[in-house]
Parts: sequence; C-alpha cells; structure tokens
Amino acid sequence: MEKFSSHTGIGVPLRQSNVDTDQIIPAVYLKRITRTGFEDALFSSWRKNPDFILNRKPYDAGSVLVAGADFGTGSSREHAVWALKDYGFKAVLSSRFADIFRGNSGKAGLVAAELAQEDIELIWKELENAPGTQVSVDLHSKMVTAGSVVAPFQIDDYTRWRLLEGLDDISLTLRDEPAITAFEATRPAWKPTTLPAKS
Amino acid sequence: MTGETISDAQGQAQAPAGSAAFPRRAAKTLAEKVWRDHVVKQGAGSGEAAEPDLLYIDLHLIHEVTSPQAFEGLRLAGRPLRRPDLTIATEDHNTPTLAIDKPIADLTSRTQIQTLRNNCKEFGVRLHSLGDAEQGIVHVVGPQLGLTQPGMTVVCGDSHTSTHGAVGALAFGIGTSEVEHVMATQTLPLKPFKTMAINVDGTLRPGVSSKDIILAIIAKIGTGGGQGYVLEYRGSAIRALSMDARMTICNMSIEAGARAGMIAPDEITFDYLKGRPHAPVGDDWDAAVDYWRSLATEDDAEFDASVTLDADTLEPFVTWGTNPGQGVSLNDAVPSPESFGDENAKAAAERALAYMDLAAGTPMKDIRVDTVFLGSCTNSRIEDLRAAADVIRGREKDPNIRMLVVPGSARVRLEAEAEGLDKVFLAFGAEWRFAGCSMCLGMNPDQLAPGERCASTSNRNFEGRQGKGGRTHLVSPVVAAATAVRGTLSSPSDLEPAISAA
Repeated sequence: MEKFSSHTGIGVPLRQSNVDTDQIIPAVYLKRITRTGFEDALFSSWRKNPDFILNRKPYDAGSVLVAGADFGTGSSREHAVWALKDYGFKAVLSSRFADIFRGNSGKAGLVAAELAQEDIELIWKELENAPGTQVSVDLHSKMVTAGSVVAPFQIDDYTRWRLLEGLDDISLTLRDEPAITAFEATRPAWKPTTLPAKS
Repeated sequence: MTGETISDAQGQAQAPAGSAAFPRRAAKTLAEKVWRDHVVKQGAGSGEAAEPDLLYIDLHLIHEVTSPQAFEGLRLAGRPLRRPDLTIATEDHNTPTLAIDKPIADLTSRTQIQTLRNNCKEFGVRLHSLGDAEQGIVHVVGPQLGLTQPGMTVVCGDSHTSTHGAVGALAFGIGTSEVEHVMATQTLPLKPFKTMAINVDGTLRPGVSSKDIILAIIAKIGTGGGQGYVLEYRGSAIRALSMDARMTICNMSIEAGARAGMIAPDEITFDYLKGRPHAPVGDDWDAAVDYWRSLATEDDAEFDASVTLDADTLEPFVTWGTNPGQGVSLNDAVPSPESFGDENAKAAAERALAYMDLAAGTPMKDIRVDTVFLGSCTNSRIEDLRAAADVIRGREKDPNIRMLVVPGSARVRLEAEAEGLDKVFLAFGAEWRFAGCSMCLGMNPDQLAPGERCASTSNRNFEGRQGKGGRTHLVSPVVAAATAVRGTLSSPSDLEPAISAA
C-alpha cells in the first residue's frame, strides 16, 4: 500500500446524508474481476445529471470529498473505495462512516476522516462560496484545513499508523503465524469443517 | 442488564460515560464470550489507542462478486489459501433464475462465475455451482448445511453475513481486502465493538412478523444507530421466533448500521441444527451443546447501550423512502419532510419523496405497486414461502401485478415443491424461479424498469437498487402476498375471505 502523510486538493461538497455504496457504485459494475478501472462507475447514476457536483468545474477535478453523515452505508463492496480512488479521491470527510466502508478505506489506502458535523457544514460553505478551494488533510496532525476553517478529525490510531507507514496487513499478520498455528491446535474437534462435504 | 437506555434526538445510540470498551472487561455478554474464545493474539493498549485483536475465523463463505480480486491477490503474492476446509463457496449474485441449464447470457456475469469456478478449483475450495442441489444465496446455504453454529466466527464478503448471528455466531460482512486476509491467514485484525441490547418483549399479533420487528427497530435507531455495535436481540418476542424468523432479523442488523447482530442459542436453535449435514453427532453433539449453553449473556452483564421495542403494539411495517430507516406502520401515511426536526433529515426526506414519486400525507395503503418480489437472503426461506402461500391460497392476483418468487436456495425450492407451494404460486399467477439473489440487487436480468414500483421482501430500498429508476418498498412476506392480491400495499387483514380453502 502507498504511504499517506498529507494531501491537498480541491474539495467537493456533497451535501447529502446516507450516501450508500449502491450510489457510490451500482451493482452492475461489480461484475468485473479487476481491482482497478472503476472511475467511470463512481456515482454513475448521479453523474447522468448535468447538475451533479462532479459534473461542474472545478469540482470535477476534486480529490477530497466532503459528505454528509452515514457515508458508505449498505453493501460491503470494496469496489466503492476503489471507485473513489480511481476517480482521484484521496480522502473522504464525514461526520459518520459505516463500519465496513471505513474498514475498507483503511485497507485500500483511502483516508476516511471523521469530523464534527458543525465543521463539515463550515467546510461546505467554504467550498460552495469559493469553488476550487483547496482542502488539506494532514494525517500526522489529524487536522483538516479548508480556506479559513481548521478542524481536527478522528481516525483510529492503528489505521493511521498503517496508512502513514503504507503497511500490508497480511504481512503484519503472518508475523504471528506461530500463534495462529497454536490457536488452531486448541480448536474443539466438534467444530465443523466444509471438507469433506456431507449431505 | 444494567446498561442505560440511550437515544438522542436522531436516535443515535450513546455509550454511557466511562464504560470500558468491549472486550477488555470480563466477558459476560454473548458477543464478548464469542470474541474472547477466538482471540489469537490480544492487541496491546486500551481504548481508542488499542491495537486490534487478532481474531480466528471459523468459517469463510465466498461468492463470485467479492472474491476474484482476493484470489488474484493471493496468486500475485504466491500465498496459499490457509484453510480450504473452513471455506465454502456458492454462486448467487449473478446467477439467472430462469433457464439455468443454458450458458449465462450476460458475458461479464458468465466470466465472473467462471472465474469463481477456476479459482475454487485452483485453491481447493468446495463450490456449489448453479444446478447443484446445495447452490443458493450464501446466507441461506450456510445455516441449511449446519455449517454455521453457535459460538462461531463467520465472515463473508457480503454485508448480510450478519444473518448467521441468528444461531448465536459472531458473523459479519467484510471487504475484499479482508477476504484476501482471511484466505491467507484464517484471521482478521479487529478493533473491539461495543454491545447494544435490543429488547423486544410481548407477543406479535397475527399478520405481524420478524420483518416488521427489524424494520421498526431500524426506523427507531436509524441507519447509523448501530454503528460500532454488535446488537443482541433479546426478550420474549425474540425467544418465541423460529430460526428462519430470527435470521430475518439478524440479516438486517447492517441496515441499522451494525456489522453484526446475534441471538443467544436456545432449544429452538439446537432443534434446528440437530441432524443437519455438518452438525456434530454423538458425544460431539453433547459437548457442543454444553458449550453453546454456556454462551448466553449473563443476568448481571452490562451492555453499552439498549433499545426497547414493544411487540404487543407492533403493526406491519413498510418503508416509504430510500433508506431502510425511512419506514412507518402500514396503517400510517407518507410523512411530511417538515415533521423532521433536523435539516439534513428533512432534506433527505424531500429527496426520497421526489425519487419515490410520493406526496406527503398519502396513506401507505393507497400506494399502488407494479411488482412484488418474494425473495433475498432476508426472506426466501421455507417459512417465508409458506407464510406467503398461506395468504394467496384460494385468492386471485391483481391482474396488473407481476410477482416473482425466488427461493433462497435450490434446497428450499425442492422443499417447497415437495409441499406443493410452487403450484400455489403458479396458480396465483406468480413466477416460480430458481434460487439466487435475483431482484434484491438486480445483478442478473431480474430488475425493475425505470419508475416501476415494487413491494419487496428484500433489505434495501436504496435508489436504483433493484434496477435503475426502480422504487422499492420493503415489506414482510405476508404483506408482499396481500399486496399482490389487492394491488396496493396491504396487510393480510385487509383481504376479503379466500374463495376456497384449496
């Protein structure tokens, strides 16, 4: 995974709560077997509307999405994170993220920064009053800057550390392989296995 | 149970101040016990700064949509799949529900299914393909085979993995990176969850089902209310439910924002499991039941939050909007956006009403629908089909309604046919399909047309979920059936007496 320490880019105000992962990427795009190339799928239904924020300059070149509460609810599809990244987003700001989406973001290198709703509202105003305003997301200081707004954000320390270091989870876990093997030796015999198949 | 009841204006659950984060305190609740028994390595530190625990995964369920990139990751890193014997795959999301003996028409769907078959062969994973008697929706197949058992940890690259919590397992959906992680290590690094008790006491009235319980809970706590929690459904109304009905409730925990929902195993659970293909037998059965009995939440245990719902007064529930928290009793009317105090909730309601083409104040029962979908991992089990068949037997379908009946698994379909339920649906004028996810998310040809309105027993009423421009009302199987008779959203109590008892 690529290291992330800070990023500055155009902020995109998405004044909407409950943006579910079916909106971020509709199911029809999940038939692909690749991990990249989903930029066309991002918000594909909403992007058919010429007034949608990502169809307006300079927001179309945005890289920091500033969304309403409960962002990423619904389906566990990691494709939602891939689509945001493929489009060019490096960070999403919201006052509340769905658990699975937040987890997926951390694994795939997208910063999901949790801010107070009041700060989200202030940033929305900045981005709407001065389109093209740059938003800075600093993972070291856990601070967001957008125009005159400077606000702290939350991200759990472990995810932050992994993002800062660009660490691969599987390699980290495999360091504990002996502990996994030891645990497996203690599993009760009656626990089911899928093989051999029984009917 | 001494946790405080909590709910602020938005219905957002609040933890009482000073409560230690689960699972650092002595294990007392069901969720904490299951967690405790799967810790491979405890993370250092506590509170927000705590490292995750490394948790062992007892069962990994796989389907074609969220696994290809994970298999590819293993291949690229040269890693084996650690425990093929704790892994099982089925084809469900893309599979057609008609003409299943023919090649899948959609080339990308066919490629994705073929990729799963190739991957399972290469990595030695058991797969139930289309046409196999054990094929079906992954969350119907697991319990049916007796592979999901109390006290287990179960994961799948699908958010409705919470379904398996109905047997007392800690079961939750994961993303594709985590799928690859489980494939490689049979573990997941996880941060502690908080616990929330959902207490449902009383007796459900006729025509009211477990689907109405969970829709009412989501409307009460909101789509983010369970965020960060494992829910435990408790109380006399829950204890009275069958396993199929419990699965419906746990299934939609994710729609309340919770990754997992659980119900303590009891005699109903044990009766359900006994004799299933992968259930323990003989001395193993006795040892397993002893352990399963030990998992129940203790009387003096504390939850971080609790919510109460009265089963006695509950009515059939239905959604009016575009997220599962936007629901009301079927006897109510479409709410006015002005009735929401919060500006963002008001804006969301306005947007939802525009998308749904509904006017505030319209009685829900006046809403005419075009399609009725009986299916999905929420409501496609044999009892769901029986309940719907009981409503339509001897009645006529509204001529303008198209009704799809999609059993959750090939096994459920066979069982229903053995009982003659297929004939009841066909005589009514419904379509009797093969098993799969089908119109719940429309990855196969089963989709709504733009503007089409559907009463659906599935779990998500998001914009375009069932087809671009489609409009979804989430309902129970008996409400779906009654709606197919009258053509408007209806409960069984709205129906004229059946023509005959045939």
